[in-house]
Amino acid sequence: MYRAVIFGATSAVAEQICRIYAQDKNKLLLVGRREEALKEMCNDLSIRGATQAEYLVSDLSDVEQHEALFTDIQSSIDEPNLFIFANGTLPDQKECEESVTKTIEAINQNALCQISLLTLIAAALEKRKTGSIAVISSVAGDRGRMSNYVYGSAKGMLTRFLEGLRHRLSKVGVNVLDIKPGFIDTPMTAHIQPKGALWAKPEKVAQDIVKAIDKKRSVVYTPWFWRWIMLIIVSVPEFIFKKTKL
Amino acid sequence: MNYQSWGRYPSVKQHGFALKDRHQSLNFQDVETLLPYGNGRSYGDSCLNASGVVAHTRYLNKFIEFDQENGILTCESGVTFKEIIDLALPRGWFLPVSPGTKYVTVGGAIANDVHGKNHHVDGNFGHFVEEIELLRSNGEKMICSASQNSDMFYATIGGLGLTGLILWSRFRLKKVNSAFMDVETICYKGLDEFKRLSDESKESHLYTVAWVDCMAKGDELGRGIFLRANHSHEPKTMPAPKKQLVVPFNFPSFALNTFSIKAFNKLYYANGKRSHDKTTCTYYDPYFYPLDGILEWNKIYGSKGFLQYQFVVPSADYTVIKAIFEKISQSGAGSFLAVLKEFGSIESLGLLSFPREGVCLALDFPFNGEKTLSLLHSLDEMVKEAGGAVYPAKDACMLPESFKAFYPNIEEFKKYKDDGFSSSFWRRVTGEK
Repeated sequence: MYRAVIFGATSAVAEQICRIYAQDKNKLLLVGRREEALKEMCNDLSIRGATQAEYLVSDLSDVEQHEALFTDIQSSIDEPNLFIFANGTLPDQKECEESVTKTIEAINQNALCQISLLTLIAAALEKRKTGSIAVISSVAGDRGRMSNYVYGSAKGMLTRFLEGLRHRLSKVGVNVLDIKPGFIDTPMTAHIQPKGALWAKPEKVAQDIVKAIDKKRSVVYTPWFWRWIMLIIVSVPEFIFKKTKL
Repeated sequence: MNYQSWGRYPSVKQHGFALKDRHQSLNFQDVETLLPYGNGRSYGDSCLNASGVVAHTRYLNKFIEFDQENGILTCESGVTFKEIIDLALPRGWFLPVSPGTKYVTVGGAIANDVHGKNHHVDGNFGHFVEEIELLRSNGEKMICSASQNSDMFYATIGGLGLTGLILWSRFRLKKVNSAFMDVETICYKGLDEFKRLSDESKESHLYTVAWVDCMAKGDELGRGIFLRANHSHEPKTMPAPKKQLVVPFNFPSFALNTFSIKAFNKLYYANGKRSHDKTTCTYYDPYFYPLDGILEWNKIYGSKGFLQYQFVVPSADYTVIKAIFEKISQSGAGSFLAVLKEFGSIESLGLLSFPREGVCLALDFPFNGEKTLSLLHSLDEMVKEAGGAVYPAKDACMLPESFKAFYPNIEEFKKYKDDGFSSSFWRRVTGEK
């Protein structure tokens, strides 16, 4: 049974992951910003079968608060053995290009605040020698592109951090999963129209993630075809890449 | 998001947005009219709002309360019937009434006051609804039930989403002992036999329905397969889930023609004959939702789409049904699936509810332009003359005069319709905004 902590729990993908775990009678602790939404989600998850569904309200971008938050987490759920990170934002690339503040903020929200919490969690799991960590990064982190490199660089940093963490924690049997979704049809991406064949539903992405956690995988692209799309994008030589507008 | 109706006719470019949660307020500043959009399982244009926008309720899909003792469920309006079954069936409860697909939302089920194979015993979905919360275009939220704002409650049941947006609803479920059904399959030769079977099954079976070979002529007119069923008493182990098939692309328009439809109907009938008079124990899913096994089956009708036609006429005698079968048979515009069912005498609650006592037939036709439309218009005339009605959830072409005749409560309904809400269907059948 999982005793799972989910950061950014009200995001569309996280909610679908929680529903799968609730149906299988796991224990869930949700962490997010919007209290009303968290409360309603806990209620929904309890009805679906979760044996524990509670929440903590926290603005994860405030790194200073992380130690206190982690203490709260440990007193709210007994020996958590799964940590899922689904928090993050999709910044506007053009706005970032004109604002240092926005750029730093985007990198903080998509990499630094995850790294901060992961540092605390890793230390605890290393001691306990058991558990699992799953972090949603992005295919955008595989190569910097003009259309979204601020977001991409943050996600890329997260991916590199997870690689190292996985290497370290593999010695004590703790799995670190890096989840790389492509385009997901969520409220966060509702403004992007039209949506073609590459767009996936949050339900599908959530199923892939749950499967990858069970199988203790290291990296998962979801849906699967993104592994091949990114392989091509990463392989394009720089002098040709510069001619594209990706 | 590409908003379409299930029949994919009419084909329009529909603008819309998804509601984030049930507390979001609606903005009527920039839009002329709005229409709630659930899961797009209405066939014609009743779920479209071509000149306005649709508000997609897909994220309004939380359960709010489940009283497992008494089988009373409260949930948001975007929850689908599939999600309700997944939650309730393992706990001994089932949908009180279900249409032929589990991919409808609760909001859509109320707005169309859907019926199922148990109409002769239980009535419509609306009969099980205890309470709804309605969001009106002026921002007002109204709790509606039989005792509170009851006029608005009865206008909203079957109200085609035009009285406001249903945020959540509370309704009763049906107690069952098993996820399985005891299904009896009977091949019958003509409409007289169908009527006899319907009569004799009224008391003994909760669910009755017949599939009809609408290409059959002469003595065999109306022949088909009668299915009657009850929930099994014994709990049984669940079968392994089957992989779902998906229709990957639009079939070319020549794939469906008189010959292929005739062949399909013949095969289906022959297959039914083989299992004649046998009672089999069937899992609920293939029994209630045979077509849900093939996702996006609507694509077999190709890019031109199709029209479904469903009507009910008083069942005193079957002359109208016979005449309609003859008309279709003559036109050569055959239907893959024709479904025949006798409705019971339970009166519908909604002002615009479709079900009423009589015999009900549902057919689908590939869209062949003017030819199809004029066939359906002449069927409308026959139904009108017989004092029956055509189902708005399936309709894409009825004329205003027909709608008025089928739904005499229309003037009363207009008092409760929200000015900020409209649909392509509404404008077509009333000529009003």
